[in-house]
Amino acid sequence: MRSQVSRVPFGLSGDVSVGVAGRVASHTAAALALALGVAGCSASGGESGNGPTRHTVVVLAASSLTESLTAIAKDFEATHPGTDVQLSFAASSTVVTQVNQGAPADLVALAGTSAAGPLDAKRIVGGSRSLASNTLEIATPPGNPGKVDAITDLSRPTLKVVLCAATVPCGEAAAKALSLAGVAAHVVSYETNVKATLAKVQLGEADAAIVYHSDVVSAGARVRGVQIPASVNQTLDYPLIRLTDDPTTIEFATFLLSDQARKRLRDNGFLTP
Amino acid sequence: MRSVRWARAGLVIPAWVAIAVLLVPLLALLLKADWAGIPAHLANPTVVPALRLSLLTTSSTLVICALIGTPLAWLLARSTHRATPWLRALVTVPLVLPPVVGGVALLMAYGREGVVGRTLLEVAGWSIPFTPVAVVFAEVFVALPFYVLAVEGAMQGLDPRYDGLAATLGASPWRTFRTVVVPMVAPGIASGAALAWARALGEFGATITFAGNFPGRTQTAPLAVYVALESDPQAAIALSLVMLLISVVILGALRGRWLR
Repeated sequence: MRSQVSRVPFGLSGDVSVGVAGRVASHTAAALALALGVAGCSASGGESGNGPTRHTVVVLAASSLTESLTAIAKDFEATHPGTDVQLSFAASSTVVTQVNQGAPADLVALAGTSAAGPLDAKRIVGGSRSLASNTLEIATPPGNPGKVDAITDLSRPTLKVVLCAATVPCGEAAAKALSLAGVAAHVVSYETNVKATLAKVQLGEADAAIVYHSDVVSAGARVRGVQIPASVNQTLDYPLIRLTDDPTTIEFATFLLSDQARKRLRDNGFLTP
Repeated sequence: MRSVRWARAGLVIPAWVAIAVLLVPLLALLLKADWAGIPAHLANPTVVPALRLSLLTTSSTLVICALIGTPLAWLLARSTHRATPWLRALVTVPLVLPPVVGGVALLMAYGREGVVGRTLLEVAGWSIPFTPVAVVFAEVFVALPFYVLAVEGAMQGLDPRYDGLAATLGASPWRTFRTVVVPMVAPGIASGAALAWARALGEFGATITFAGNFPGRTQTAPLAVYVALESDPQAAIALSLVMLLISVVILGALRGRWLR
């Protein structure tokens, strides 16, 4: 028995004498413990390193804001010692679901005003301000293997096109643009947020994806952008919604509308008021 | 006496906490369901194709696991080679790996730009991602370790003298494997198959990463639940209940005969 235990160098096996079910169960238990451990780390990760005087602002934001908000939060923390901005990015619809289910958050930034519709009005404290706006653009791998030069090319059956799911703002906007252009795109996958959509192009698995102009700018040389004509393109206004009256939150919300923050947004391809 | 009672409470209370941890979410699912509306929610156009795809891909996964996993289990159980323990450890890696990481690894291997996938595209003009085949790849990757470890455990418990006896009666190793070993470890194979199938049915991370999400083609039931949660939560609950029911029925059917 002892020799059997030592046969699994990773020590996952446990007591082999309990038989098949026990053996597999012990492996499962180890896997489960690992999974729980990982989940535990990510949940408590934000708490670590918080001194007693540290002021924390929790921001839930649309995926497309990943690069710009990360940069703005760094700027803010650098100029406001003792503050800690915690960012979490997901599809706007996911953010709204999280807030409605009671997720702790001080600020919410969403892609498009319609995404804010289902947000629980009871949680909104400070009203809504316009953070930035964004338009759609086609992203292709740098070499453009599918030879995509216009939105009408997306209907070619040999092409692998990836869109956001219709439940998330980028998918809803892409569907509108395609419908206005009269194009039935040859879609192979509907991804759950815009960064996952972009990733399929960055990895070279898809020939084209409809994402935001800001995503194409942030991705730099890793993708190539193909313009969508203004006549069919969609513009999304990003509302910034405050959920608490905490002073640090108000300070960060004000900072997000400053010239310094707007420059970061413009550098990443957003339009600012 | 008192200390015994306290010791027992010390075990019984955490045990009940454990039961609550497992049961509360499942009961909540039952309580929150709009039972009268379930038939209508199941008529949601994504539900039936997702269930069909899940059943199709998980049964393919099971066949592949049995065909390639049983010989590997036999190898691990009987080989005395120095490398065997390392091989066994390798088999357990996908078991503890986050499924999303498995999906990324599959893309690196079989994606259009992948180590194997690039050649496949050049030679066959075909790529695996975004196809039901990719779903099966993802499911086999995560489910095979469960199958192999369960079957190997059963084979470990099989007295090697049976093999020797069969050999002295003139049976070839292949015939011994087929007519002696496999029938004798049938309970182990059944429990391994049940575990592997359950793991494949629940597969999410590797599937969405490697196969994408397209209704009817790569959107399995767990993916449909995830997507529906934002647009039609009651459809997500209805589909979850169907998956719960299928799992309970299959495990219940196996329990009496095979699982202890």
